[in-house]
Amino acid sequence: MDLVGFLASRWQAILQLTAEHLVIVVTAMAISVILGVVIGIAITFNRAAARIVLKFANLMMTIPSLALFALLIPVLGLGKASAIVGLVAYTQLPLIRTVYAGIMTIDSTIIVAARGMGLSDRTILFKIKVPLALPAVMAGIRTAAVMGIGIGAIAGYIGAGGLGVFIFQGINRTSDGMVLTGAIILSLIAILTDQVLGQVLGRVQRRFDP
Amino acid sequence: MRANSDDAGYAVSLCRIVLLAVIGILLCVAVVEHPQDRLVAQLVSYHRVLVLLGQHLSIVASASALAILTAVPAGVLLTRPRFRAWTPRLIGLARIGQAVPGLAVIALSVGLLGVGTMTAILAMGLCSLLPILNNTLTGINAVDPALLAAAHGMGVAPRHVLTRVELPLALAMIMAGIRSAVTINIGAAVLAAFVGGGGLGELIITGNTISRVQVMVLGAALPMLMALAADAVFDMIDHGMKL
Repeated sequence: MDLVGFLASRWQAILQLTAEHLVIVVTAMAISVILGVVIGIAITFNRAAARIVLKFANLMMTIPSLALFALLIPVLGLGKASAIVGLVAYTQLPLIRTVYAGIMTIDSTIIVAARGMGLSDRTILFKIKVPLALPAVMAGIRTAAVMGIGIGAIAGYIGAGGLGVFIFQGINRTSDGMVLTGAIILSLIAILTDQVLGQVLGRVQRRFDP
Repeated sequence: MRANSDDAGYAVSLCRIVLLAVIGILLCVAVVEHPQDRLVAQLVSYHRVLVLLGQHLSIVASASALAILTAVPAGVLLTRPRFRAWTPRLIGLARIGQAVPGLAVIALSVGLLGVGTMTAILAMGLCSLLPILNNTLTGINAVDPALLAAAHGMGVAPRHVLTRVELPLALAMIMAGIRSAVTINIGAAVLAAFVGGGGLGELIITGNTISRVQVMVLGAALPMLMALAADAVFDMIDHGMKL
């Protein structure tokens, strides 16, 4: 079969593009998680700012991913930089939203009690709010990572490499083996990531309410 | 009687739709009347933009209809007492399915069915089916069993328990699923251009091939405006449902 032949003859390219894909997604996710957590925490201090930021992040999500990447080409050119910026922008919403919701839904009596015990705002943030919001943050990271893996493939179209290259080139050359290889590996990575992060999430949640 | 705030919400949504349409029209006029060079003038005309827009809308509508017409009945069927025990496992399965990237689903369909509009519609329908199914299952499952018991106790027929109790209570969840499905489809329809499905994605491909930013921006902006307009339409539906 075409697929088996392709897997056998091109396994080096397959490994290389898979590795490239993972590097792009992991880099983008690292930036995205830091940025998302910082923004998510920052907007808990100002309701008006929170509304605006969440609205804007919602707006970003409605932009079709291919369109977003296409718009980045004139600004940042073809390649990995555009791909990473696009991925970071795209995965912000689930992160900001879950961090914000995670902190805002903490029982207010806990905060009042902490303040009554004489804890400073800083201590309350880092020792109480952030740890209590951890399960929500983990859920956001899970959603964002799975999304990032899929959208990372679209970055193949703008010359960033990764598994999208197989899909787009395969369609152009009508090579079913190539298209299927890209699609199947991409799906497996996404499902695996979802499952693994789901397990981690379950463990974090269990530690919080035994 | 409709509350005043809902009237206002209705008007605001309508204004948003009109504003988005005006922006879209202005963008088209700008590109067609002031092309950056002869090549762009040749490739972009009002007619071509309209044709691609129509294709885009029809792909989105077909895929969304396919998803709604399969996912909602399937969700209803799978929450009947006979299948109830499976529901949590099915939600888990739907979750796994949702992890599969849209581009991968489209690519898999191409590998199996070849290129064409039907491939694009089928793949998009398959992708957008899961959020609707998931929300239908979750929405119906979340209905308080005490309400069902009360309905039974009042002598409501099982058929009417579904149409008068379960579905109305799950409607908000189902609508949320449909909303995200349509948004997904508008974005995914851009990818349809790669598999010969037509639509506004063709402008992005053309623009990228001849490296003309103008064409690319038009191809990127129109689906984006469409997604925002769809969001406003669903807001209007939500306001309408709160009557």
